[in-house]
Amino acid sequence: MIQVEDLHRAFDGQHVLRGVNLTVREGEVLALIGRSGYGKSVLLRHVMGLLRPDRGRILIDGMDIHRVGPSQRKAIKEKFGVLFQGGALFDSLTVFENVAFPLREKWRLPEPQVRQRVMHELEQVGLIGSEHKYPAEISGGMRKRVALARAIIHNPQIVFFDEPTTGLDPVTTRAIHELIASTHRRLNFTAIIVTHEVPDIFPIVHRVALLHDGRILATGTPESFMESDHPVVRAFFPDVEGMRTKLSEEGGG
Amino acid sequence: MGVFLARTLALTFLPPYRWRRVLERIQFLGVRTLFVILLTGAFSGMVLGLQIFYVLRKFGAESLLGPAVALSLVRELGPVLSALMITGRAGSALTAELGVMRISEQIDALDMMAIHPIHYLVVPNLLAGLVIFPVLSWFFDVVGIFGGYLVGVKLLGLAKGTYFGEIHTFLYLEDILDGFYKSLCFGGIVVWICTYKGFYAGYGAEGVSRATTEAVVLSSVAILLWDYLLGSFLF
Repeated sequence: MIQVEDLHRAFDGQHVLRGVNLTVREGEVLALIGRSGYGKSVLLRHVMGLLRPDRGRILIDGMDIHRVGPSQRKAIKEKFGVLFQGGALFDSLTVFENVAFPLREKWRLPEPQVRQRVMHELEQVGLIGSEHKYPAEISGGMRKRVALARAIIHNPQIVFFDEPTTGLDPVTTRAIHELIASTHRRLNFTAIIVTHEVPDIFPIVHRVALLHDGRILATGTPESFMESDHPVVRAFFPDVEGMRTKLSEEGGG
Repeated sequence: MGVFLARTLALTFLPPYRWRRVLERIQFLGVRTLFVILLTGAFSGMVLGLQIFYVLRKFGAESLLGPAVALSLVRELGPVLSALMITGRAGSALTAELGVMRISEQIDALDMMAIHPIHYLVVPNLLAGLVIFPVLSWFFDVVGIFGGYLVGVKLLGLAKGTYFGEIHTFLYLEDILDGFYKSLCFGGIVVWICTYKGFYAGYGAEGVSRATTEAVVLSSVAILLWDYLLGSFLF
């Protein structure tokens, strides 16, 4: 379980996080939404342990990730898997070597076992046949799939997704969402997904949290968000009728 | 930078020991620089041969050309010039590589896999540097001495036996070791500076570019500064 308690963080005098409180239950997939530049990725990086808060706590299964010793912090990070916004694949390694990397370098598994697990995950993400290619030789969507395979290859308990579909077309975006959902059904990890894909992300998440003005403005199920009257929440949903009217007016003019 | 160096040195002695990565880094940093070293070493030796012969002739001491070239190279020019060449060729590439890894979150990805980024990225480069700098310096010295031979013997008419015989008389093991200690120090300093600059590169292409430039300039200055300090101590 993940608990964020009264998290504060400022950068060069700008108070980005102003007392964030958030809980993510075990096995839950939470979508973290909010306007660009409002601190979603900053919040995620604090939970991951990459940034240290000015004030507040982040508890992972009851342990404050920023106040434990190096060996305990390492043990906490061993529970994590991360899909970074750009994939963060290692340029000099092939697709196979990227996915195998944690198993070889961290877990030191025997090579036959590494091969078997990597090929299994590549099959799950639909990349059999691409294992010898380098990241520069594959598309953005394929890179995200490789990054996902690498993130979950060691069966993590908690997975963080930092805008997993940014820069992808709608078809590929839906494919990545479905891949995340099917992987979650298979492994039942806890997840936080930072995303702009509203409402497309809703079918694959259990709860949504809206970060606004440095705090969590609203949390709830996707259904409760769809029915909300709050103007900040409603601003995230496309005005389909309004768009139709505008297009027909412009077409008639 | 001091904390970064201290962490690197401490992590060097902790497992896992990634020897294959050290060999990869030797190939990345050293093998690719070999041609440049051989070329600059040869021309450095030839220039030395010309200039020193000109000076020695004023004193009627042309026979000392061999040891003069050899001592200049082994004690000073070999370690310094080869270190500067490696810095420009491989040190800049190292900074750029780590800088790009920083801005594309690859270093963060290592951290999140509970693999210490300094242990995986910096330590193998440091160990490779401690091997490459002395070895390439020796290549520089050998090729430079032959460059001096080409000029002194083939061009200027000095006897071959005189050139190499006098080297044998005047070049001692302590001269070779002094050059070795310098190269070793340069290897540590250059890798420390270049990896630090890459590790903490600023955002975007400009950040990586600035880090690379700063790494090369700072490393070059550090080589010359440390050369004087160590030379004073060893002299």
